[in-house]
Amino acid sequence: MRWRFLARRLAMLVASLLVASFVIFGALYLAPGNPITALSGGRALPAASLRVLEQRYHLNQPFLAQYWYWLDNALHGNLGISITLQENVSAVIAGRMWTTGGLVLYAALIILVVGIGSGILAALRPGIADTSVLVTTAVSAAVPSFVAAIVLITVFSVKLGWFPALGNGTSLGSNVRHLTLPAIALALSSLAIVARVTRAAVREEADREHVQTAISRGIPARQLIRRHILRNAAIPITTVSGITIASLIAVAAVVETAFSLNGLGAYLVQAAQSKDLAVVQGISLVLVVAFVLINAIVDLLYALLDPRVALGSRAQ
Amino acid sequence: MSAMIEVPAARIRPAAGGVAGLLRSAGIAGLVSAAAIAVATVLAVIGPLVAPYNPDLPSLGLAWVGPSGGHLLGFDFEGRDVLSRLLAGAQSSMIGPLAVVIGALALGTALAVLAAWRQGPLDSVISACLDILFAFPGILLAVLAAAVFGAGLTAAAIALSIAYMPYVARVLRGAALKERSQPYVAALEVQGASGTSICLRHIVPNMMPLIVAQATIMFGWAMVDLAAVSFLGLGVQPPAPNWGVMISENQPGILQGYPLPALAAGICIVVVVIAFNILGERLFARAQAARR
Repeated sequence: MRWRFLARRLAMLVASLLVASFVIFGALYLAPGNPITALSGGRALPAASLRVLEQRYHLNQPFLAQYWYWLDNALHGNLGISITLQENVSAVIAGRMWTTGGLVLYAALIILVVGIGSGILAALRPGIADTSVLVTTAVSAAVPSFVAAIVLITVFSVKLGWFPALGNGTSLGSNVRHLTLPAIALALSSLAIVARVTRAAVREEADREHVQTAISRGIPARQLIRRHILRNAAIPITTVSGITIASLIAVAAVVETAFSLNGLGAYLVQAAQSKDLAVVQGISLVLVVAFVLINAIVDLLYALLDPRVALGSRAQ
Repeated sequence: MSAMIEVPAARIRPAAGGVAGLLRSAGIAGLVSAAAIAVATVLAVIGPLVAPYNPDLPSLGLAWVGPSGGHLLGFDFEGRDVLSRLLAGAQSSMIGPLAVVIGALALGTALAVLAAWRQGPLDSVISACLDILFAFPGILLAVLAAAVFGAGLTAAAIALSIAYMPYVARVLRGAALKERSQPYVAALEVQGASGTSICLRHIVPNMMPLIVAQATIMFGWAMVDLAAVSFLGLGVQPPAPNWGVMISENQPGILQGYPLPALAAGICIVVVVIAFNILGERLFARAQAARR
């Protein structure tokens, strides 16, 4: 039974990736004008360059053949050439991947530690802790990442001078310093939902009969929380954490622009502004693949943690 | 039982206590949120008319001057009155999310009801397509649309509608399936009512509380995403007044020590989104309670 679930999930993964790549490739044809104008971004190019573009993108061949060539190239790491930077798209992506990756990881850490932590705190200590967590999450859920960015810059960079406001930093240590405010800005709105789901899940588990039984048997609180409550509450918590972290990938573009970081997202936005379609397609493909992969991993993790899912309705 | 035989419009769950019940269940937070939303909506309509000064006229000699005289919030980076720009910007900041919500709801409800009504292979196909659509985060689709069709509110709004549609469809499909298995649907079918009329006259109206709750919460998301797209320069274009654009335009001022214009626009966005979130949650709770 487990294998069927796995196989079905993997099939869905491949289907999602294929359709997504098809849509990203097809965007070339959705653009007004013909593909040549879209690729050149409306610039006038000499005839020789036009011939090179035609050849590289196989524009004389049928649509599906072109899609196949593009996909094949992409799978081999060749994502085309940026019109504006005159560089290989894959080279540019490789250079900027670490900034975005680092930012997303840093934000994910903050979300997991602060979000899950405050959710558990709110669930197990009703009263002022609970109310303050609820109010804080209600506010932070409504603050868009770029608004959080400018507030953080105003308070922590300009007024207090604790963190730099812009740029990437040079060494590992200064990288971390430069990424701190962006990571907080990125994590802030996702913190809210993780904290709330954690709180709801832990509260529900704490009311269950097996927990009441454990309490009546005199099991100490620490062990109770860890082995009886959190183990079961981990399932919805993992799911929502995974989904939120996956969504960080797209919002990272906004935060990178706000803090002038040279990440993938910022480059995507610049390319969209200058209509450098090859770059937009390349980076979109990378980001969508990452998003779909993380979601698939979360699903598989969920199936691993909760045997009832893989076994199907029989077990319920 | 006999009431089910004669069925003009089968409404199993009547609205609890009408307007009075609505006000009571909303609570203080809900009422304040509703008031904030009402103010924002009114401003969206008459904003440009009530602005005390011209929101579009630059006057570089007054750039970054703080609150003074009749200018409650000071001037922005081009010497325009910040308060007037905020009031005028309410229009484009609220219309975009409205379009997104209408688009996503129309598409999502249609697909959800269709899938729930027909079930079988059509349901599987629609569910599979929706699952695939989940692969596109909203902002990414909006950036892609801007790269292909050029920057602007229309392209971004359409892209976001498409990105939000699967969330609506998933929630509503579950509710529609539940409605479909109610006895009154079988009674209507026996009486010869067509599928379309049952869906349009009975199933969808009975899902209305859930649809409205979903729409309210979605307005908040759409506002955040559209403001982000405008902040990136891919949505509403400067010098048009828009809260997202104002933040991006005035961001350099923060480093120079003039944070007020950007912060003021940010606060407007946050207040409206909080209001929609709170109201949406209350409506959701009410919809859940009604379904039990």
